[in-house]
Amino acid sequence: MTRQFGASIKRNEDARLLAGRAQFVDDVELPGMLHAAFVRSPHAHARIVSVDASAALARRGVVAVYSAQDLGDYWRPGPVIVPPPPVEGAVFNERTQVPLAKGKARHVGEPVALVIASSRYIAEDAAAEVAIEWEPLPVAADLEHAAAPGAPRVHDDLPDNVAARVRQTKGDYAAAAKRAHRVVKRRFAYDHGCAQPMETRGVVAQWDARAERLTVWDTTQAPIAIRNGLAAMLGLSERQVRVVAPFIGGGFGPKIMLFYPDEVLIPWAAMKVGRPVKWIEDRAEHFFATTHERGQVHDAEIAVDGDGRILGVKDVFLHDTGAYDPYGLTVPINSQCTLLGPYVVPSYDSTFTAIFTNKPIVTPYRGAGRQHGVFVIERLLDVAARELGIDRAEIRRRNLIPTDAFPYDNEIIYQDFTRLGYDSGDYAPMLAKALDMIGYERFVREEQPRLRARGQCVGIGVVCYVEGTGIGPYEGAKVQVQTSGKVSLLTGIGTQGQGHFTSFAQIVADQLGVAVADVEVITGDTDQFYWGAGTFASRGAVVAGNAVNEAGLAVRKKILRVAAEHFECAEVDLEIADGRVSIAGVPGRSIPLGELAVLANPMRGAVAPGTEPGLEATSYFGPESGATASGVHAMIVEVDPETMIPTIRKYAVVHDCGTVINPMIVAGQVLGGVAQGIGNAFYEQLAFDSEGQLLNATLADYLLPTALDVPRIELGHTVTPSPLNPLGIKGVGEAGAIPVGPLFAQALEDALDLPARGKELNEIPLSPCRLWELAGSPK
Amino acid sequence: MSDDRARLTTTVNGTRYERDVEARMLLADFIRHDLGLTGTHVGCEHGVCGACTILVDGVPVRSCLMFAAQANGCALTTVEGLAPAPDRLHPLQEAFRDAHGLQCGFCTPGILMTMKAFLAENANPSEAEIREALSGNLCRCTGYQHIVDAVKLAAERTR
Amino acid sequence: MKPARFRYVAAESIEHALAAKAEQGDDAKFLAGGQSLVPAMNFRLAQPATLIDLNPLRDLDYVRTGAGGALRIGALTRHRTIERDALVATHAPLLHEAAPHVAHPQIRNRGTLCGNLAHADPASEFPAAVLALGGRLRARSRRGERWIDARDFFRGVFTTALAPDELLAEVELPALAARTGTCFLEVARRRGDYALVGVAATVTLGADGKVATARVALCNAGAMPVVVAASDLDAAAEEVRRTIDPPENVHATAAFRRHLAGVLTRRALQTAAERAGR
Repeated sequence: MTRQFGASIKRNEDARLLAGRAQFVDDVELPGMLHAAFVRSPHAHARIVSVDASAALARRGVVAVYSAQDLGDYWRPGPVIVPPPPVEGAVFNERTQVPLAKGKARHVGEPVALVIASSRYIAEDAAAEVAIEWEPLPVAADLEHAAAPGAPRVHDDLPDNVAARVRQTKGDYAAAAKRAHRVVKRRFAYDHGCAQPMETRGVVAQWDARAERLTVWDTTQAPIAIRNGLAAMLGLSERQVRVVAPFIGGGFGPKIMLFYPDEVLIPWAAMKVGRPVKWIEDRAEHFFATTHERGQVHDAEIAVDGDGRILGVKDVFLHDTGAYDPYGLTVPINSQCTLLGPYVVPSYDSTFTAIFTNKPIVTPYRGAGRQHGVFVIERLLDVAARELGIDRAEIRRRNLIPTDAFPYDNEIIYQDFTRLGYDSGDYAPMLAKALDMIGYERFVREEQPRLRARGQCVGIGVVCYVEGTGIGPYEGAKVQVQTSGKVSLLTGIGTQGQGHFTSFAQIVADQLGVAVADVEVITGDTDQFYWGAGTFASRGAVVAGNAVNEAGLAVRKKILRVAAEHFECAEVDLEIADGRVSIAGVPGRSIPLGELAVLANPMRGAVAPGTEPGLEATSYFGPESGATASGVHAMIVEVDPETMIPTIRKYAVVHDCGTVINPMIVAGQVLGGVAQGIGNAFYEQLAFDSEGQLLNATLADYLLPTALDVPRIELGHTVTPSPLNPLGIKGVGEAGAIPVGPLFAQALEDALDLPARGKELNEIPLSPCRLWELAGSPK
Repeated sequence: MSDDRARLTTTVNGTRYERDVEARMLLADFIRHDLGLTGTHVGCEHGVCGACTILVDGVPVRSCLMFAAQANGCALTTVEGLAPAPDRLHPLQEAFRDAHGLQCGFCTPGILMTMKAFLAENANPSEAEIREALSGNLCRCTGYQHIVDAVKLAAERTR
Repeated sequence: MKPARFRYVAAESIEHALAAKAEQGDDAKFLAGGQSLVPAMNFRLAQPATLIDLNPLRDLDYVRTGAGGALRIGALTRHRTIERDALVATHAPLLHEAAPHVAHPQIRNRGTLCGNLAHADPASEFPAAVLALGGRLRARSRRGERWIDARDFFRGVFTTALAPDELLAEVELPALAARTGTCFLEVARRRGDYALVGVAATVTLGADGKVATARVALCNAGAMPVVVAASDLDAAAEEVRRTIDPPENVHATAAFRRHLAGVLTRRALQTAAERAGR
């Protein structure tokens, strides 16, 4: 049998998805099920004077209406998902979201009341009839405004809107700046966006009073953590709660929160009313009820020597965390760390201040703040290159961490609380490959001058980045040979389209001599696998994948031992292939795996001491720190200088995610990431007014890229396996999305020849209108 | 019958249904929750994402922008009606699997229904034509490239 | 995002539909394509008491030529027909050229030209195109029928000259004069989005080959589609920039829209003039 690990195997999950048979949360239908709708705050900041549900309760079909007062002791702020990192002097003010607003609402869309009715239609009718008396308060919407002295306070018990402040340093930046040939300073802005998975969030809960068991279907990326939390909050044992994350229609980060108000309330309400309750977030709610990302302002400077070598970087930035900070400091820490990129930065002085604003909560979304850091360093390098008269690709090449410098220690603390180190990498060949794929030399020397002479505005960009992936703490997997001869593989992480049903199967298929199609992967059901953390930070393949690998190897050992006993031969004489164990070189002496599984679970006799029944093993894997993936993106773009509409002429990506399990799936991850990056760079912007009202809360106005906006993308790969895990894997989920902002800024700036006019593009997202404003009138 | 209800007779994937529905019931909800055909997905309910696209009398439309009552007398086809048999896939579905034209699969049913009608009209489409035809269906996972490849592959195999 | 309750009336005949509308006036809405109305209802921005569904009246779905080569388009003719019908392509190439800019294929399969015009969204493409072509619109009610010149039809944002009991039953577009060329151009954030600005241009050349008349109608340049007539193509762009009062929203400032209107006016008139000379 040819090796399946590393091959572009077709996905196990596709037939169900393509035929419309896959179960998503909204597909759950239960007898007697009720439907929920929320009453949400129309104000960004307002005191709740009174809530009157009498008219709503009088409506036919309405079963219950709850406001904060009705929750009693069940009302409490959520936990901090990630505590602040162990950085000396770090400030962190924990203010987490609540199930229903009590006293005041802190952002538009914050839930105030929950309506349970016989249909969603009626629940919405009733929600409109819940009368709330509001007393609007001054609003802290804009990030810099909220950070200024005297701004309205989001949390009354704090002296200002500071959620956190962290300074991290490496080397002596002040000394570096003093001896620098040049120091370049700029201000950079990176505005809010959001993930917008095509499936919104949703929760269905069923309390079985006779069995005393609660079952919750949830679009979460972390079903096990939800189970544990719900059990604790509801006073149940973890064994009484089953959380199922079935097929999930995209996650990208925001589908992991502990806990969204609805995740807390729908199970509680189902127990309260004694009937199953379904809440499916609609797209209008999604813009407020699901977390956002982005919103930073950086004042940054880079010190370089005469050859363009980086001597140091200083960065002071504000981060908009929204009305609450349940996710701790993950996003700004990622910005802070990822800024260092694939470059040798001998000294670094970075301070961020996270600010509460009257806006929806900010948590990680694909890239999780890494974009912002990459934007700052890449733009600083462009400015430095220009001032020193060095080519943009060349200044990057000169600063790349050399191949023999790994593992590379960046000294500061990363989001997983370990020292920011790069396990392995080989950056120069990636850059060379990307420049070759985009045709950099020829474009810059021949094509661009020729096209410019014809009046065409064409430009090129090239950007580099790293991504810390595959962080701990751990994941686990159980592998079991069924008596049918098929293999079941259970793991605790949820899956949202990444192809886990196939890539995990590929890991064990070779080990156990079965086809990938004969490995049934089960994820996201807490009754099937007890332990785990969740799907985030590009860690599924790295952490769960290696647990699968270890479990598969353990089962292989068991197979060989049981087969050796059966054949009364030595294990070394056995081979496993095509679903059978055979004695090498002895035709006819073989046994199917299924029969071996029966032998391993005998009905008579005794299982020998120290052994276990069945061909089964459970393993856990926790990496000591994250594996660092890397990449280079390059793009040629043409802009209509009058309409400012860009057309991407060519887009190339070179990426290194270590060992690849399934190249087809990896390609899909990168392509999808780039598409989201393009949205982030040029189409998607959550536009808030000064009152904290979101002005474009529809998919007609929040612009997700379509098939006409995303170009064909050429992919190249390099492979430097990670030494931190046996399979050598690095994560790939977020990579494509990270560097697209600075790439657009650089290429568009070049296309419009802005530097020649003293103009720069130092903000993201851009748009035709914004480009027109920033470019000013032509020469 | 009270006047905010309506009676409808419709054929879905060849099966005839007669139902009494609330007039305001969206066609997408009717298909999913009344008929239990949950392969059709609802992504935005304002006609942008295309996930709920079905064929009404052979023509792709957004089922979130029609009322169930309006399907009276119509023949509907949903993703469940594509495959020729429960254990087989339609050539378009095969091509999506072979070209990795889906990831989370949530937008996929709407895309399949849109492309089925598109390929029936244009058996030999260019990449530009495919992208134009896809432009009313949002996908957040794939970046579209593998979807375009899948549609091309399906067209080649069908020719 | 579920609509509020309403009463549903499936029209059995146009007379039945007009009678129902006459009874209920502004409390009732005609449901044609529904591609603007239903989203508004799902957001509960629109909560009509009654919907009178015109879709059963299939004989209102037509494109035909009338007296003097005028093109007549019925109340239920879909955008997809405008995009693909050979008569539209030859008799009203401007409308044909505008159609692919209207939303996406699935929406165009359902949306109707007359519904679009009656909705009177100033950002929409078709009102500008019909204005540029000098079309007229036939309103029907139980009281009878009347023709409304397109110039008098659009009254403001989502506001038309239709009375509460009237249905927009037909659009008539006059045959293009000899030596006339047209062009539709727009700039949108994404294909299928409402235009930041769109321009529908018609140019008629004199026997001498010089521009005799030129006209542009713009979408998203004010509270209703704006028409600017010009005889001098070079001055037209300046005239447009001077005249219009474009809106400002998250996608573009009024200043950028004004700039784009000038650019697109120049380009569309040039192309229309070239086409007129062919």
